[in-house]
Amino acid sequence: MEITLLIVAYLVSSVLFILSLRGLSSQETARRGNVYGITGMAIAVGATLTVSTITLYEVLVPALAIGAVIGYFMAARVGMTAMPELVALLHSFVGAAAVLVGFATYLDSDMYAKGAGGVFLVEVFIDVFIGAITFTGSVIAFLKLKGQLSGKPLLIPGRHLVNIAMVVGAIALGVLYVQAGTPFAGSELTQTEGLMYLGIMAAIAGVLGIHLVAAIGGADMPVVVSMLNSYSGWTAAAAGFMLSNDLLIVTGALVGSSGAILSYIMCRAMNRSIWNVIFGGFGTSSGAPAKLRGDDDKPGEVQELDVQGCVDELLAASSVVIVPGYGMAVARAQHSVCDLTQLLRDRGKEVRFGIHPVAGRLPGHMNVLLAEANVPYDIVLEMDEINDDLSDTDVVLVIGANDIVNPIALEEGSPISGMPVLEVWEAGRTVIFKRSRATGYAGVDNPLFYHERSRMLFGDAGDTVGELVGALRAKR
Amino acid sequence: MKVGIPKESHPGERRVAGTPGTVRTLRDQGFEVAVERGAGAAAAYPDALYEEAGAELCDSAAIWQDCDLILKVRPPNDLEAAAIREGAHLICFVYPAQNTALVERLGKKRVTLIAMDCVPRISRAQKLDALSSMANAAGYRAVVEAAQHFGSFFTGQITAAGRVPPAKVLVIGAGVAGLAAIAAARGLGAIVRAFDTREAVRDQVKSLGAEFLELEFEESGEGAGGYAKVMSEEFIKAEMDLFYEQAAEVDIVITTALIPGRPAPTLWQARAVERMKPGSVVVDLAAEQGGNCELCVPDEVVVRHGVTIMGLTDLPSRMATVTSNLYGTNLTHLLDDMGKAEGYHVDHDDEVVRGALILDQGELMWPPPKREPTIQPEKDPAPEPSVAHPAPPHEVTEPGPETPAKTGGIGLGAVVGLALAAAWVGLRFFYPGQITPPLEFLQHLTVFVLACFVGWQVIWSVTAALHTPLMAVTNAISGIIIVGGLLQANGSPTDPKVMLGAAAVLLATINIAGGFLVTQRMLKMFRK
Repeated sequence: MEITLLIVAYLVSSVLFILSLRGLSSQETARRGNVYGITGMAIAVGATLTVSTITLYEVLVPALAIGAVIGYFMAARVGMTAMPELVALLHSFVGAAAVLVGFATYLDSDMYAKGAGGVFLVEVFIDVFIGAITFTGSVIAFLKLKGQLSGKPLLIPGRHLVNIAMVVGAIALGVLYVQAGTPFAGSELTQTEGLMYLGIMAAIAGVLGIHLVAAIGGADMPVVVSMLNSYSGWTAAAAGFMLSNDLLIVTGALVGSSGAILSYIMCRAMNRSIWNVIFGGFGTSSGAPAKLRGDDDKPGEVQELDVQGCVDELLAASSVVIVPGYGMAVARAQHSVCDLTQLLRDRGKEVRFGIHPVAGRLPGHMNVLLAEANVPYDIVLEMDEINDDLSDTDVVLVIGANDIVNPIALEEGSPISGMPVLEVWEAGRTVIFKRSRATGYAGVDNPLFYHERSRMLFGDAGDTVGELVGALRAKR
Repeated sequence: MKVGIPKESHPGERRVAGTPGTVRTLRDQGFEVAVERGAGAAAAYPDALYEEAGAELCDSAAIWQDCDLILKVRPPNDLEAAAIREGAHLICFVYPAQNTALVERLGKKRVTLIAMDCVPRISRAQKLDALSSMANAAGYRAVVEAAQHFGSFFTGQITAAGRVPPAKVLVIGAGVAGLAAIAAARGLGAIVRAFDTREAVRDQVKSLGAEFLELEFEESGEGAGGYAKVMSEEFIKAEMDLFYEQAAEVDIVITTALIPGRPAPTLWQARAVERMKPGSVVVDLAAEQGGNCELCVPDEVVVRHGVTIMGLTDLPSRMATVTSNLYGTNLTHLLDDMGKAEGYHVDHDDEVVRGALILDQGELMWPPPKREPTIQPEKDPAPEPSVAHPAPPHEVTEPGPETPAKTGGIGLGAVVGLALAAAWVGLRFFYPGQITPPLEFLQHLTVFVLACFVGWQVIWSVTAALHTPLMAVTNAISGIIIVGGLLQANGSPTDPKVMLGAAAVLLATINIAGGFLVTQRMLKMFRK
């Protein structure tokens, strides 16, 4: 009876999780989707807690309570600009939990009593392996996003060989571990021996995770984060196989596919293959990116504009497109940008946003920031939706974006060739808000800055946009 | 085979069924060509050029007596019908519904008669659609004629002597002629509005830079073959009111509304004319069928209530140089389809020829049998856009991620499945006898692969704007690994597995609580 109820509860949870993801297909249903997810999780945890083999509530309840409190504070405190870090950190928890569960299950003598065999051992092995990679990889991603580690890729010589050696080593340990841990050989000793192999393997996998993510540049973080998202799903699925638990398998597969799709979308948005992102390391394909333009490459003249000039441009325009990038997130300028939008709309100007798929450090990062600042989502358009309209646009404001508006992407032979970009230079006037003349993450010079219709507005994006808003208000 | 091109006998008709250029094409197709002396003079094609192109110049009698195939513009008059040779072939405009006596008469002489006005309006027949050629010229000319009678500029100007407002032009009926008129009026700088009962032409109207007037009314005027159909009474009432309203504003009205085989509908009523500013102009391109304007007098230019109303029926003829050339080219395309000189034959299985065939050796073939439904009218866009406007029709193709998504999904499932299967085979091979029956594992595998599929399908529908919340929510959901930790909570609290399990529960709970809460926070911010 108990097992029947449990299965039914798990089934309901699985369905609710699917509905939850389904709900995210549009903004209208998204909140309901989240409620489905919460309900599904509550049912799953609640049902599991009623299982009669669980006895140690005095251990579980504090763990649950502490975890919930920590989670609450992390989520309630985080700024929307820091979302990528939080997501990466949460991924690492899933990885760590998977490793812990793997070890715990391995140590659970009941499993042997049930006669679990080689398949079980392999499942444990895979669970720990993926979990460890997810854990350490996510920690590195977190530190990189937080800026405590350099965004530059760490490229040690022969790193592919190192990776391969680590994978081979892990597999070899896996074989030893399966042989040692075969429960029919049955003594306490073999289990300890197996545990040792498993532990060493986990350490190797951890190093592998660190190394893999360390080799990836900061600009590729959206891909990395979504890839780790995928890994965390596969980890859960592997745990499901290990525990013979279909709920874990289903959920893990959902999350895994989700992350895989996001990675795919991100890669496509940068016109790179997933292998190139994982193993390439940005910038390695081009020795001297700045010399791309060859003989005709003159140190172009940028034309500067002051805030007042920008105000005049905006007042003369009838249609404005704003292209935000990570710089807007860093400067926390989204609220000022929203005010600016509102002022311009009040004056009857058409204001829209053009969002590149990899703008920011997370898929959809810009949308979240703009939503936080109360920009209506129906004027926030995707790159493909707005690119054709840019030639009819009077003024484009590029706020803290660089590579995603770089015309060099349309030329051959640059590190970002073939990456789809927002063709802002088609507009009547492009104003670029930029802190300095430095290149973007890709380390590529941007001819947009020297374009005859481009004007540069140097300074911190938050301050500059704030001044713009003030000047516009004063004109009223 | 000898092709004859006579001089048009209708008074005032300037067009001719062949120009030196098309004569050359006919010669290339293998025809002998005879042209009546002076046939092209009114269209500015002198005899010498025909001769140069390889035509034989002869008199009227020789054409009608000697030629096997006669190409003409207007239907033959009584004299010509009497002169035509027994069993000859004749291609021209016929209007068989109105000219039954003529058809009967030619039938008695066992003539094979092909009507250029009956060519079906399908994509393949666009190149020989003479009506479109004529309508195109007529629409252009209508604007030019209107300009002649309109006492002001079309384009708005601000001069030292004051401001001139731009002319407002209303085009009713956005067929070939209407679109040509829109383009011409826009070209002169006028503000152009257009009305049509067919919703389908809206984009064509807009692409030419005109405003598309709308009724607050649900009824499509799309009839068979891309023509308009007769509308309901309420609709017409609403339409009249709209026109009455517009009458006060517009300076020039060009009406082009025709429904095949019926008298032209009255769209511009007397009260609308009365309401127009003095000096305004109405050009009625439907004058030949009675006119769209109530006060229109066919073939005449009249002034009523200070408004000039032009009931011109010979607009294509006024453009004889170009219309002759277009018409002649339409004819050569038809003859090309019919097998040129060598293989010339009347093919009843050819939908185009069959549609235009009125008499086959004197036998009445009109009206043609209903077209079989193999060709769907929707797939046959009326030829307007390509004739009147060089821009290609807009085709919006959805660049959806469907294909890569699906193949990717299969690929992913296959890879995962294969990997797991390989792992199992390996175990089976290396550790025979130690394997519990893999049934349970395979069941799990089934669930896993199916779930991957479901995930793959569901995730693609997630909008890009919600990718961050998606990530946060999947993050929370992957905290389901908590179950693994919970299940270890039995036995002694100091058992390592219990402690490990409890740690896992702690971490997973952070994940669950944090993930869902942050998702909720983000989603709350999205507003319309």
